[in-house]
Amino acid sequence: MKSAAALGAFGGAGFPHIWIKNADLARAANGEIKVGVLFSLTGTTAIIEESLNKATLLAIEEINAAGGIKGAKIVPIVEDPASDPATFSEKARKLVVGDKCVSVFGSYTSASRKAVLPVFERQNNLYWYPTLYEGRECSKNVIYTGAVPNQQQDEFVPWLIKKFGKKFYLIGSNYIYPKEENNYCKKLLEKYGGEVVAEEYVPLGHSEFSSVINKIRSTQPNVIFSTVVGDSVVALHRQYRAAGLDPEKMPMASLTTSENEVAAMGGEAAAGHFTSAPYFMVYKSPENEKFVEAYKKRWGADKVTHFVSEACYFQTYLFKQAVEKLATSDLTPPTIRDAVKGQETIAPQGKVRLEPENLHTWLWPKIAQAKSNGQFEILVEAKEWLKPVPYAAYPGQVCTDKGLVEKS
Amino acid sequence: MDQFIEQIVTGLSIGSILLLVALGLSIIYGAMGIINLAHGEFVMLGAYAAWLFQTKFGLSLLESLVPIFLVVALFGWVIERYVLSLLNNRPLDTILATWGVGIMLQQAVRLAVGSELRYVQLPPALSDSMEVLGVPVSSYRVFLFFVALALFALTWLLMNRTTIGMKLRAIIQDRSVAASFGINARRVYALTFAYGAGLAGLAGALVSPLKSVSPEMGTGYVVDAFMVVVLGGVQSLAGTVASAFILGELSGAIAFLQNDTVAKAIVLLAIVVLIRFRPQGLFTARVRA
Repeated sequence: MKSAAALGAFGGAGFPHIWIKNADLARAANGEIKVGVLFSLTGTTAIIEESLNKATLLAIEEINAAGGIKGAKIVPIVEDPASDPATFSEKARKLVVGDKCVSVFGSYTSASRKAVLPVFERQNNLYWYPTLYEGRECSKNVIYTGAVPNQQQDEFVPWLIKKFGKKFYLIGSNYIYPKEENNYCKKLLEKYGGEVVAEEYVPLGHSEFSSVINKIRSTQPNVIFSTVVGDSVVALHRQYRAAGLDPEKMPMASLTTSENEVAAMGGEAAAGHFTSAPYFMVYKSPENEKFVEAYKKRWGADKVTHFVSEACYFQTYLFKQAVEKLATSDLTPPTIRDAVKGQETIAPQGKVRLEPENLHTWLWPKIAQAKSNGQFEILVEAKEWLKPVPYAAYPGQVCTDKGLVEKS
Repeated sequence: MDQFIEQIVTGLSIGSILLLVALGLSIIYGAMGIINLAHGEFVMLGAYAAWLFQTKFGLSLLESLVPIFLVVALFGWVIERYVLSLLNNRPLDTILATWGVGIMLQQAVRLAVGSELRYVQLPPALSDSMEVLGVPVSSYRVFLFFVALALFALTWLLMNRTTIGMKLRAIIQDRSVAASFGINARRVYALTFAYGAGLAGLAGALVSPLKSVSPEMGTGYVVDAFMVVVLGGVQSLAGTVASAFILGELSGAIAFLQNDTVAKAIVLLAIVVLIRFRPQGLFTARVRA
């Protein structure tokens, strides 16, 4: 029986070695569906990735408690890649080749995603990536459920210009994500008549912002547009506040400051600044109330949810819906990918949909202001969900089966 | 002119934080010849102690400075007594040992209080900004500047005007002769290491309101502190002060003209070049070799 399936696959596919391997794997044996959960529990990004691990496990536990997927339980195999791209790649291989997982949920930084990408492409497996990121990627082996630049900035930048003025100070951490976000921001500024007074990058993990604050003082921008990440977010906000700058006159507008970062810096330091994201913990919807309550019940009343952990949560449900559409015998990463295209689910942020064309997600942009109690107040909600355009900063590019190519 | 003053003040502020962190390292390295790779973890312990005193006992940062010094110094004393003193005259092994101790301290903190980022409240009286020579500066940074100078003065007095300091200087010059005069080198070393650790702890507590508190926070400081000590000259306290402020001004100025990434690279390059031509650092103490 097994060999017949293998033979069939052999005839049907151009890459027999991949298909034989897949047919050979007992993907849903004994009523169990194995998935990998790959978030750093130690090292520098553990601070945030721990919460992503928790949100993913919560969704899996909920699905299992409700009877699993067509009677089969999801079995999460948790690995700790220790915030190190090389270890990410090693653990991803272990999950895909050794444990024969049908999908892996994981990672926070672009560096770690780039590190695991070759594993998933070579093994034709599926990686579910929940983080907002810089776009410009289209792999048929990755499902992207976080926001891309057009989903965070299209509404945000014109709103900031209208409310505060046109002079923007762009500050980011020195790596690919802030630079790509800023490229897109500059395009929008040009379109809406804004201007860049300075564009600056600080080293990752930087915590001494006195020179930056000095420069901000002397250039007097209307908005400080921040794509600083990690611990540096905390240092920047705390030093901004200590230097006596006023968010009412010169707010920081961020794409990365979530409830998680605010909890780390204290509500006082964050109060008055703005963030654009598809989800905030205070968002009112029955699905979100359920999510927040379940999260706190499972992991502690002092824990916060944020726009990356929300994506972890709903992407697990998208996975469930895709698997439900398949017969147990067909359960392979490529069939799951085809089944998830166009899937819709009611996420805590609203109804989301996986775009078949580029495997990114339709999301609901929101603009919110941080309050001193550590929560946000949502000021603007998009009237409709926004299509993901991961290469919006580069209008000549399109996503094809072979990856991103220039349109001729 | 305004910008010039602004720049000088920024540099002083960066320099005072460098001095705070490097002072403890400088004493341990200078007096005992131990390259203490756990120094960053003492800084981290101090920051966590500040967080703990604030959230659990409701003490403000200023009230808890003395207990923080004592707690971290105690850690230092235990580590010297039960790890480093077993490795006498094996400087290379102490590098490895302190590195291991550092990892253990990080993990211990992670197990005890979790890996979430924590924060320490600014002292309310110092949470605003003030004018220095017409330039607005965070009052807390001005406070740090004076604390750094005060700690330096205290350390200088301890080393040069007290019996224990005299004993330490005797041991540095010649350990066996000092021992034959009845100086208990082991005790002096333990106290020196504890004092250095305590200073690192204070540094961590003092920078915690401006930065974040996490188990990994110390790692970045070790590199900066070593740059200060190496540039200043190993056994020279005055050199430590001078080089902390030189590096502060230098990186502040380059960061203003360019950015912090360039500043980090240029400062490192400048130190490499300087050490090539002046391996003993800017200042040297007279030592009988």
